[in-house]
Formats: sequence, structure tokens, C-alpha cells
Amino acid sequence: MQAFLHQLLSGLANGGIYASVALALVMIYQATHLVNFAQGEMAMFSTYIAWAMVNAGFPYWAAFGLTLVFSFIAGVAIERIIIRPVEHGPVLTIVIVFIGLLLILNSLAGWIFSYTIKSFPSPFPSDAWYGSKYMSSHEVGMIAVTLAVLILVFLFFRFTLLGLAMRAAAQNPVSSRLVGIRVGWMLAFGWGLAGAIGAVAGMMAAPIVYLDPNMMSGILLYGFAGALLGGIDNPWGAALGGFFVGVLENIAGAYVIGTELKLTVALVIIVGVLVFKPAGLFGRTLVARV
Amino acid sequence: MTAMLELRNVDAAYGPTQILKAVDLAVEERGITTLLGANGAGKTTTLRAICNMMVRVSGEIRFAGERIDGKATEDIVRLGVAHAPDGRGTFLDLTVEENLRIGAYTRRDKGIAADFDRLYGYFPRLKERRRQQAGTLSGGEQQMLAISRALMLRPKLLLLDEPSFGLAPLIVQEIFRILRTINRNEGVGMLLVEQNANIALELADHAYLIETGCIVMGGPAAIIACDDAVRRAYLGY
Amino acid sequence: MTTLNETPSVRPAAYAGQSPAMWRYGGIGAILAIACILPFAVSGYRVSQFSQVLIFAIAMLGLNILTGFNGQISLGQGAFYAIGAYTTAILLDKTAIPYWATVPIAGAICLGAGFLFGLPALRLEGLYLALATVALAVATPQILKFKGFDPWTGGVQGIQVDPPAAPFGLPLNTDRWIYYFCLIWTIALFIIARNLLRGRTGRALIAIRDHPLAAATMGVDTAHYKSLTFGVSAMYAGIAGALGALLSAYVSPDSFPVLLSIKFLVGSVVGGIRSISGVFIGALFIEFTPNFADQISKAAPDAIFGIFLIALMYLMPKGAIGILDFTAVRLRRVAAAKRQN
Repeated sequence: MQAFLHQLLSGLANGGIYASVALALVMIYQATHLVNFAQGEMAMFSTYIAWAMVNAGFPYWAAFGLTLVFSFIAGVAIERIIIRPVEHGPVLTIVIVFIGLLLILNSLAGWIFSYTIKSFPSPFPSDAWYGSKYMSSHEVGMIAVTLAVLILVFLFFRFTLLGLAMRAAAQNPVSSRLVGIRVGWMLAFGWGLAGAIGAVAGMMAAPIVYLDPNMMSGILLYGFAGALLGGIDNPWGAALGGFFVGVLENIAGAYVIGTELKLTVALVIIVGVLVFKPAGLFGRTLVARV
Repeated sequence: MTAMLELRNVDAAYGPTQILKAVDLAVEERGITTLLGANGAGKTTTLRAICNMMVRVSGEIRFAGERIDGKATEDIVRLGVAHAPDGRGTFLDLTVEENLRIGAYTRRDKGIAADFDRLYGYFPRLKERRRQQAGTLSGGEQQMLAISRALMLRPKLLLLDEPSFGLAPLIVQEIFRILRTINRNEGVGMLLVEQNANIALELADHAYLIETGCIVMGGPAAIIACDDAVRRAYLGY
Repeated sequence: MTTLNETPSVRPAAYAGQSPAMWRYGGIGAILAIACILPFAVSGYRVSQFSQVLIFAIAMLGLNILTGFNGQISLGQGAFYAIGAYTTAILLDKTAIPYWATVPIAGAICLGAGFLFGLPALRLEGLYLALATVALAVATPQILKFKGFDPWTGGVQGIQVDPPAAPFGLPLNTDRWIYYFCLIWTIALFIIARNLLRGRTGRALIAIRDHPLAAATMGVDTAHYKSLTFGVSAMYAGIAGALGALLSAYVSPDSFPVLLSIKFLVGSVVGGIRSISGVFIGALFIEFTPNFADQISKAAPDAIFGIFLIALMYLMPKGAIGILDFTAVRLRRVAAAKRQN
């Protein structure tokens, strides 16, 4: 029983990371109907930047904050410079551009920081009061940080004018222009926010999976599975989906199929959702007008 | 007195297809001008040309004396031109209140809260439904919302694309009555594009007739309404 | 919904450049002649590389049928390649089936597997489908490493494959024989693809790609064609994989990472996703450019590759064949104008 509870809670902690990635994916998807393949690599690169700062002597939370700023700016820049020229083009072109972006980030990280696996510090000391035999203090911290991010993003979109404008621009770009919203910049900010959220996911994951250029590829897939499960057009459903995938991954890995096949769980979820309920658990079924 | 909005020799095209040919049009300050025409005549295209959206425009378009052709839509909006587009353009997933708030996006003054009250005064039904998702509103209510959203800009000029479309006659009467009140009280100039010539000519002081992209007639609304050809073709008697 | 790649052309790009038949047959003949002489003109290692080029071309041809002509984006071609390779390796390891028979068997198995994957894929489009196929490509090496399958797959260490000897006592060494074996398959599969795409099936596929709703209302059984196309595309990949196993004499789970599927798609796009002949250009590209990228920047070759890809999409989204077609059209216009004067 204790082991089961541990798997469950640990799965929730991992699920927090997947939820963050899912949220980032959905934010970009809602605005552009594009799934950002390179989200994982962007998060990985941000985590390396954080590592470099910590290595240079910055206190953890300072590095954390600065990394968020950097990731936001990088996200905006990537959207404006690389994605904008091909945004409205054929889907295949966009996929190739994403692949190119992916390769660039992955290779640059390996070149600048080398491919040796590095450890990344956790801001939550291992003997903290909130750790227990069910959940390590880092796992507790992970869930807390994830929830904090989700709540902040929710508040931003719900109660600020900029958040409202970004929602409007994502839903109805034509009408948005008619009220004076600069839709292009709203898209860019969406990418920036997604980049920052991804960075949080990376920095939370790194202490567990260790820092190396390929650390985020599996996580990205789980995030996508979570987003699909919750509904690719529903940010909160997607986050919930991420938590669910985390738990499922752990339970299935521990009790059903063994840890080597864990990524297959992602595949099964993806295909399963798409076959049985393409809109996801909380998404809207879209009716296309002929 | 120079007109608030002036179109001179305006051509407009979607890609290779030209829709508007040498259009001349004017809207006086605080006046209501209507642009009448059948389906496909180029009415919506004219409004889009003014806002520089989706069409390629050549010719001169002046607002308050300044040229606006070639400017970005977002900048034209900031000059005081509000547009309630065809199909209402409602943000269906936002609430009524959010729709109105976003209408005032470009404003930095403190009068926004007062404007909410003012518009709820004109359209009490919107107040009742202010926390509802806009997509759940009826057609008439969505039209009221579209007009209100445009008015939240505190525009000098309001462009209305077929506000009567798909609405029951009683609702149309109500909306047009309120439009007249708004025009008198607030001094907002209006360019009203309509298929329903009867009600448009009742509201407007000035009228133009457009057929296959060309303006074929223009003058005071009362005179246009009495014209034989217009009566037979557009007014049905 | 954006269409897959620009406005639909009236005729498939495969024969959009309509030069006089004489030129075309002459050109094809010349290329075939070169292909046949090649193994005797270059060193042993190069021969293997060109065999690999042919194998990649087959896999990419399958991808072009699926993605270019039928509009279903797949980043999972590598998974079916792996299945084909492992089929050959396991059959050679565990049974007495001769090497040349394992290739069509691999093809048949992948035809079925592709069809089965194509069924749920019916619901997916564009980026969704791309991501689902990525999941497939990522999961495949993991599944191959699964301890439960070890007795067949040889686990992480994989399986050694005996290279085939030339038949009928022909005086060819292994490298050359494998090359000709691949060449035979390449030619056969190309002819099949050409005939498939020229006829009714091809038109149905293109209709589904460009206007699925209209195609359905005109009586085209969209679901049937789409899953079948997935199967055929997988079959091509499976045959390529089988040949690949014979070429490298070894299969292991790590020989088939996601990068392989990405390479196939990139190569197809570089050559021209809607062309048949473009796959050769694409195959040459992915076989030989990693060396060039390495030479430009020892430090970050993939980054150079990535920059190149993005630049390609800005400048040459229709691939090499697109540029050739464009040039051909321009030249013909110039010639026609000259004739008029």
C-alpha cells in the first residue's frame, strides 16, 4: 500500500511537469493551431541557461527568475523571426521548420554546454519538513510550483486586459484587429509565455532526470499526450490531462508493463484518445461547416 | 465643411478580382449615410477598404482630412473608426462584459466604467446577460453587442455592416431607433451598409446606391427614397 | 484548413515537366546505364553508400505516396523500416527462408501493420497526425528493447545477419551483388508507384489530399484509400528496411531512432514531396550531407543542418524538383517567346 501511494504521489509530481508542458502546448495551439514540436528543446535550452547562471554563482531563485525572463524573450523572438514567415503556409513546411528549430537548439546546447550529463540543483532541500516517505521534498516542491504557475496563468488570462486581448486574438483575429489589438504581437507574447512555462517545467524536471540535451523529448511526448487527453483546445483540461498521464505512467510502469516501455504508454494514450474521443475529455467537439 | 470620411476614386480588389471601381463617397460629421445595394454589389468590400482589411486598395481615403488608405487596421481604429462587421464579429467564447471591455482596448482614459453604464442604458438586455457567453445570445442581442462593442471605442465614425441581417422586423426597428438616439446624443457619425433599403432610408440623411462595384446614385436620403427607379428596384413599390 | 503544400497542381508534379518523349526516355536510359555501371566505377565503400541511397529512395518513395500525394504527414516511416529490417533478421536467424524471400515477406507484414496503424490515423490530420507518428517512431526502439521479446529480437544487442552471396555463381562480390539486388527492387517499386499514381488510384489520392470532403461526396471511399495508402507506404518502408538489414548485416534497436524518420521526411521534402524522381535527390542528400555539415562545423553539425532546413522552407518549399520544374517552365516560355518573334 505504501508503495502504491508512493507511485501515485510521485506520478502526480511528474504529472505537474507534464501539465506545464501541456499548458504551454495548448497556449500556442489555441492561438495558431500549431503544435510547437520544439517546445521541449526550448525548455531544455532554458534549463541550461539556468544551470550556467547557478554555476557562475547566482543564487537559485535569482537564476530561476532571470531564466524566465530570458525564455519569454526567446519565445517572442522565435515566433517573430522564425515562425512568422511560414505561419500561414502549408502544414508540411511548418513541420520542417519546427524540425529545423529543434535540431538547432539541440545541437547548440550540446556544443555550448557539452553532452556530458550534468546535475541540476533543486531549491527544495532534501531534509525539508514537507518531505516524507511518500514524496520527496523536491516532488512536493514540484507540485507546489506547478500549481503556482497554473494559478498565475489563470489569473493573468482571466483578470488582466492583456490576457483578455490574447484570448481574443487567439479566438478571432479579424475582430481583434477591429478593436485595435495587434494580433501578431499577441501571438508572440503567447510564445513567450509558453517558453517561460516550458522553462519552469525544465527546471523542475532536471533535478530528477538530469540535464542533458535530450532530456525533454520524452517529457514533450507525455505533455502532448496529456494535452490531447484533456482536450487540445482547453488549457485547464490539458493541465489536468498532464497530471493524469503522470499518474498513469507511474502506475503502468510499476505494475503493468515495466519501466522500459513507459514511453509506449504515451503512444497508447495518444492513439487511444484520438480513436475514441478526439476532442479529449474536456475539449469541445468541433463541427466543421461544409 | 470637409466631410469626416471621404472616398475618392477608390478601387478595391481581392487578389486578381476587382470589386470596387472608382468609388466616390462621403460621410458628414455627425451624419448618417447609408450605402445600399444588392448582394455582391460591393458594400462589405467598401467597409473593408476603409479599414484596410483583406482587400487591396488604390485611390484616396481620408478621415478627418488625413489619408488613411495604406494604414494598418489597428492604427485606423485608433484614429476613431469603429467597425461592426458582417456576421457581427462577436467574440463567441468571451462573456458579454468581456466583449465590451475589449472594445475599449485602445483607450487609456478613465471613462470606461461610465461607458459600460451608458451602453447598458441603451441596451438593457445586454446588462441582463452581461456574464453570459456571447455565443449563447440571440441574433438580435449579438447585433446589439456588436454595436455596443464598437461604441466602447468612443469612435467618431461607426461603420455598420448590415445590422438588420437575419433579424426579425421588430428587433430591427428597436435597434435602428437606438441608433438614431445614439447619433443624436453622442454625435457619432455612421456609415450604414444595408440591403434593407426601407429602414435604412428612414434612418439616414444621405444615401448612395452601389451596383457591381460602382456608385450609381447619391444624394439626400429623402430624394433617393422618392426616386422611381430606386422605388421599383429596392423598395418594392 | 491549409492544404498540404500550396495550391494544387493540375497534373501531379511527377510529369509536370512535359519535355518531348525522346528526351525523357533518353534521360531515363542514361541514368539507368550509369546506375548499372556504378559498382564497377567506384570503390567498395562507395558502392555500399549507393546501395544505401537506393534503399533510402525506396523508403522515401513510400513516404511521398503517403504525404505528398495523399496528404497524410508521417514522421513514423522509420518505425516500419525497423519492422522490415527486424523481419528479415529474425527470419534469417530462426528459419531456413532464403534471404531474397524475406524481402517480400517483410513488405507484406508492413503492409498489414501500416494498414492497421492507418485505421486510427484516419481521424487525424496535419500536425496531429505528425505527432501521433512521432510517438510511434519513439516507441518502436523501446518496444524492440522489451525484455519479453528478447528471444526473438536479441534485445539490446540485436541480431547479426549473414550477407547474401551472389546467385548463379555470378562473379560479383557481396557489395556489388547487394547493390544490384537493391537496384532491381528499386526499379520494380518505382514502376509500381508510377502506375499506381498515374491511374485512377492516383487521382483518388490527390483528390483526398486536396479536398477530402469533395472527394467523399463524389463517391471516393476516403477511409479505404487513406488506410490503404498508409499500408502501401509502410510496405515500401518495410522492403527498404529488409534490404537495409542485408546491407548492414546487423540490426539493433538503436539503429532506428526517431532521427531516421525525421531524415526520411526531410529528404523527401528536399527532393520534392510530390515527385517520384525527387526521392533520388533526397536520398543522395541524406546519405552524403552529414559529412558536409560536419566539415562546415565540427562543433554543431546538426545546427547547420537545422539552419539549412529552415532556409530551405523559406526559399525552396517545393524542393529540388520544384526548382527544376520552375526552371523548365521558364525556359519553355523563353523558347516559345523566341519562336514567336
